[in-house]
Amino acid sequence: MIRTEEMILNVGPQHPSTHGVFRLVVKIDGEIITEAKPVIGYLHRGTEKLAENLQYTQIIPYTDRMDYLSSMTNNYILCHAVETMMGIQVPERADFLRVIAMELNRVASHLVAWGTYILDLGATSPFIYAFRDREMIINMLNELSGARLTFNYMRVGGVKWDAPEGWIEKVRDFVPYMRGQLKGFHDLVSGNEIFLDRVKGIGKYTKEDALHYSLSGPNLRCTGVKWDLRKDEPYSIYNRFEFDVPTSEEGDCLARYHLRLAEIEQSLNILEQAVEQFPAEGEIMAKVPKIIKAPKGEAFVRIESPRGEIGCYIASDGKKEPYRLKFRRPSFYNLQILPKLLKGENIANMIAILGAIDIVLGEVDG
Amino acid sequence: MIEELLQSSPGWANFAIFFLLGAVLLLIVLGFVTYGILAERKVLGYMQLRHGPNQVGGKWGLLQTVADVLKLLLKEDIIPKAADKPLFIIAPMIAFAPSFMVLATMPFTDKFQFADIGVGLLYYIAVSGLTVFGMVLGGWASNNKYALLGGMRAAAQMISYEIPLVMSVLGVILLTGSLNLNEIVTHQEHGWFILLQPIGFIVFFIASIAELNRTPFDLPESENELVAGYHVEYSGFRWAFFMLAEYVYLFAMSALITVVFLGGWLAPFSFLNFIPGAVWFALKFSVVVFIYIWIRATLPRFRADRLMEFGWKVLLPIALANIFLTALLKSLFF
Repeated sequence: MIRTEEMILNVGPQHPSTHGVFRLVVKIDGEIITEAKPVIGYLHRGTEKLAENLQYTQIIPYTDRMDYLSSMTNNYILCHAVETMMGIQVPERADFLRVIAMELNRVASHLVAWGTYILDLGATSPFIYAFRDREMIINMLNELSGARLTFNYMRVGGVKWDAPEGWIEKVRDFVPYMRGQLKGFHDLVSGNEIFLDRVKGIGKYTKEDALHYSLSGPNLRCTGVKWDLRKDEPYSIYNRFEFDVPTSEEGDCLARYHLRLAEIEQSLNILEQAVEQFPAEGEIMAKVPKIIKAPKGEAFVRIESPRGEIGCYIASDGKKEPYRLKFRRPSFYNLQILPKLLKGENIANMIAILGAIDIVLGEVDG
Repeated sequence: MIEELLQSSPGWANFAIFFLLGAVLLLIVLGFVTYGILAERKVLGYMQLRHGPNQVGGKWGLLQTVADVLKLLLKEDIIPKAADKPLFIIAPMIAFAPSFMVLATMPFTDKFQFADIGVGLLYYIAVSGLTVFGMVLGGWASNNKYALLGGMRAAAQMISYEIPLVMSVLGVILLTGSLNLNEIVTHQEHGWFILLQPIGFIVFFIASIAELNRTPFDLPESENELVAGYHVEYSGFRWAFFMLAEYVYLFAMSALITVVFLGGWLAPFSFLNFIPGAVWFALKFSVVVFIYIWIRATLPRFRADRLMEFGWKVLLPIALANIFLTALLKSLFF
């Protein structure tokens, strides 16, 4: 009589495909997963607690390190929250710079998601093509902010640096180039039989599940919910631009893959219009007091980061430090559905499903 | 010459000659492995917008692999505490030995061949099937869950893909009427088997990639799922032996495809006969190796269960149909 037994497999914290220090304890029967338990917290730095002893401007570098693939949106959410509390009107030129920076960063973030996802599925080359194009964005943002990844670019009331000479033209030239590249990406991967075999119908969930698990971003839109805060609750100057919110009905890994590429396209549309309407001159900082003190009270704002809805809650007692700061970090919420999705799948699908959720561990652990 | 030696009575002189020839072949193979790895890294590099090795040994990185091997030799030999020590030690050897043994029957030119045995093709396929023992044993003996999963996958994959591999060459054997590799080559004087047996070639090529454990069939060692699969616990020279086996198989399989489907040492047209056979062999062989590297740069990896389905439900029926078709055509036209 053959005796079989279940095996507990520890995937991570050091594993090539967990995108950082993420650990997944899976019970497997052969290669079939019967139970999965994510273990997080290896990258926890206590951003929210640290913030309680920091002035608002000092918190901005910490937000860079949460979702390190999309630091610009994180910068923005904090500044936006403080500006909302203090009622600061941001100058137009600063708003444009912010939007351009955020959309460039969104493209860069989705490129990383695309490249690493294909890498997870075993193809090595597309990863490098994605990073080549991302490098161009990183260089542009470097020229703008002086950093490649942790930009620390935005300030309460505006942005730190004005665009250097010729920078806007560079962004303008980048848009058609990236459109061409996107076509190449589709040609290279989207129609590949093996790729389709790996992602079609895998990691499927319904609209109800997505809403119950509080998913957001492409993870929500892949089930057909048309919800993008840039459109539904316009912040900054997003209401001035024409763009679509791509959705699809399938709710599987393939849908999420296609949505991310479609979102790059929409971001390029926004960039094109933003560069077109970019004001020739103007202030980049509003008049803000030297020491920023949010008035007594509380505020919650939310925006659309590449990974979903990022929110910031500030409770202030009128001092120069927040009394309590809380971030709604989309990766953390998106990750919740993972144990449900993994049940009954095999090891190869586990990697495909985890990759399609597109988590950033700095954000999951806060 | 070798024929005479094989016929003559055994003696020390004969032994010495064979030993010497064996050493020469080993050096050729090691030379190929050294520069095959370099070529793979260079080609992959250029396909991926990189330069590949370009520091050690001039701008072409000619000594990179040598340096890597020396590093592996100097590394500490780690055997995990919980591992099954004898099996752990013997597994890389079991994996490597058959890869070198299969080269014995390979006719590189009409003169340069070690053993011209009647069932050369069968010998190749039978002996190369032994390597999977090394992988499974290595995976089992490591006492590591990833290694075990990798070993399991290796066993399943090798067995499933060996069958279409054998079935696809049956068409060639039907046409030749022989399992002897020399005869298979001489039979192709008026047309390579890649033209006469296109279906067989495609099935054989796909199955050979699976046999070689290369992308898109590199499941036993899939880095992104099983970290490194069956050799996850191996380090230093034991690990190098697994790698060596893999690249020697790349050498052997490319040579076999050259012999069976691309006409071996024969020139494509008879007016090109003045170029020596060894050159033709090397050229065709290099093209096959390049295609293997090319595929690696392009495709994502199969999923384990789909791999099985593909092997049993697609490749095998096609290979069987190919046999019937070949038999039918042969009985009608030849």
